[in-house]
Amino acid sequence: MASGGIYENPVVKWIEYRLPIFSFVDHSLGSGYPTPKNLNYMWNFGSLAGIVLVIMIVTGIVLAMQYTAHVDYAFASVERIMRDVNYGWLIRYIHMNGASMFFIVVYIHMFRGLYYGSYKAPREILWIIGVLILLAMMATAFMGYVLPWGQMSFWGATVITNLFSAIPLVGDQLVTWLWGGFSVDNPTLNKFFALHYLMPFVIFGLVFVHIWALHRFGSNNPIGVDVKGPQDQIPFHPYYTVKDLFGLGVFLIFFMLFVFYAPNYLGHPDNYIEANPLVTPPHIVPEWYFLPFYAILRAFTDDFFVYQIISLGGWLMTAKLAGVLAMFASIILLMLLPWLDRSKVRSSKFRPVYKQFFWIFLADCVLLGYIGGKPAEGAYVLIGQLATTWYFLHLIVIIPLLGILERPRPVPESISAAVTKSAH
Amino acid sequence: MRNTVSSLVLLAAVALGGVVITGSDSHAAGPAIDIPDRQWSWEGPFGTFERPALRRGLQVYAEVCSACHSLELVAYRNLGSIGFSEAEIKTFAAQFEVTDGPDEEGDMYTRPARPSDHFASPFANDNAARAANAGALPPDLSLMTKARAGGADYLHALLTGYEEPPAGFDLLEGMSYNAYFPGHQIAMAAPIYEDGVEYADGTPATVEQIASDVTTFLAWAAEPELEERKRLGIKVIIFLIVFTGFAYALKRKIWSDVH
Repeated sequence: MASGGIYENPVVKWIEYRLPIFSFVDHSLGSGYPTPKNLNYMWNFGSLAGIVLVIMIVTGIVLAMQYTAHVDYAFASVERIMRDVNYGWLIRYIHMNGASMFFIVVYIHMFRGLYYGSYKAPREILWIIGVLILLAMMATAFMGYVLPWGQMSFWGATVITNLFSAIPLVGDQLVTWLWGGFSVDNPTLNKFFALHYLMPFVIFGLVFVHIWALHRFGSNNPIGVDVKGPQDQIPFHPYYTVKDLFGLGVFLIFFMLFVFYAPNYLGHPDNYIEANPLVTPPHIVPEWYFLPFYAILRAFTDDFFVYQIISLGGWLMTAKLAGVLAMFASIILLMLLPWLDRSKVRSSKFRPVYKQFFWIFLADCVLLGYIGGKPAEGAYVLIGQLATTWYFLHLIVIIPLLGILERPRPVPESISAAVTKSAH
Repeated sequence: MRNTVSSLVLLAAVALGGVVITGSDSHAAGPAIDIPDRQWSWEGPFGTFERPALRRGLQVYAEVCSACHSLELVAYRNLGSIGFSEAEIKTFAAQFEVTDGPDEEGDMYTRPARPSDHFASPFANDNAARAANAGALPPDLSLMTKARAGGADYLHALLTGYEEPPAGFDLLEGMSYNAYFPGHQIAMAAPIYEDGVEYADGTPATVEQIASDVTTFLAWAAEPELEERKRLGIKVIIFLIVFTGFAYALKRKIWSDVH
């Protein structure tokens, strides 16, 4: 492909010689990108996540043109978008539900990685960048939820920013700095708006690096065996472009059903009440996609046995600090997964024991989400603490042990061998 | 085949997890109060607001609710989208006084409302509203059906849920007992009673009728885009289904040579 020689169109040829962008695109998503031929539909979610990111950026920029980041006007400006701006309701509902869709797609994408061992060598950096993208998404979504300046915006922001006060010595100053004052107020809203506008571009940059790292070794695949040669591969275009197009259609139907027929189902009614610092909602809950982490945060009470152990009987840190650290650790630990998991076999298909623990782990995450949405009282506290314990036990103890103890089933020679065998 | 099956199971599990998590969102503190599920004309993919109910509901709001509750996000001109003529809107708006100004002398003045004005509020500010309501603030009604768990069902239940307090219930001075209000103590006295309004269209004004009409009106006030949204939604979904069908056919064709 030197000097753009393969292109016939003279304009394309001229550009390609000076800026090899056509071959770049071809190698990224075109016929020049060889891909394992056995990818199943779980591999659709990466491209879907990229598309949702673009949808979020485009709708977000349009919303920002009509939004006013001021405590006195923010709520009313959002309602103006809903009522007086042409198709403002559509843009806002797409953006609002798009945030949930982004998390659904990314969570499926991540669980796919866990199930098929996509994080293992040589894709460790690819996986770590993915976790960084999740962290950036969480920060972006959290700050975006504050912007409409409803009751949940305000009180969610108050609760979450207050977490940083648990940090020893500098906690209080840190929170004052985050707020830009002595409570969540106008400077906080302005700051969050500025950062909410910035972060998606940071995510975009991370996604670029994520794809860069992906292209080094290409996609993992359902049997987790490395590509052995051209017989195992098909070009990305047209095979996966058309498969992704079909997947996009299915996804958009799901997405648009929410936008048009249940636009507020995933939200909270309290956020249609304007923020009022003098009235605390009876039950402050974050958006659904934060609930598992919220459950981990709240699991750390003074009598939680895990807290008692890690704080040496309460001596080392407060339960609040332990909860904050655990919440962040629950995500940071994922970055260490390539080293926690010693098994050389990637796919769960050949790891009968890991496979069962995978499903238990998934169920545990769902359970944590359920508990996160419940008030911290009665049996919910205990269930939340047990589910939290299991979350960490799975990552820190079970995964390393399985790498040593589990006897994997025989792995096929190659993708072609596996495919021809199962096809007959 | 096994690939597809296990991937579908994974997909279903994550999706189901999301639904379970969302469904677990408990919106109110204290013991959950069961709100009766009612049928509304605007529910479902083809739902629309009944125009006569909207007109009656506006009348209820204007004659009853607006004594205490504002409707700040709705403009008189918005009534055009539910079938009011320009002349009707002008006449309706002109009944209300709004503050405007400053004039050339620098003074504020009042004038009759115009279609471009938002619904006039009963009180100048929150403090005035509290002062006139024994310390309680009557909330703005513009988003009421979106801002309460249970939505229109809750609103209707609340309006018709006034009862005698059960024996032993400690009801504070000036408060009313309501079966559906969280905590059951509500500062708003029962606002609706038989023949509380005399409907312009002659519909008998039962408590049930009034509550259902004003709920319809407030549901429209909260979601004035609802009918347009649902109409557009049908087109979008049909388009996407056709698009996805073609994409699937194309996928089948292109993949037919892969083994």
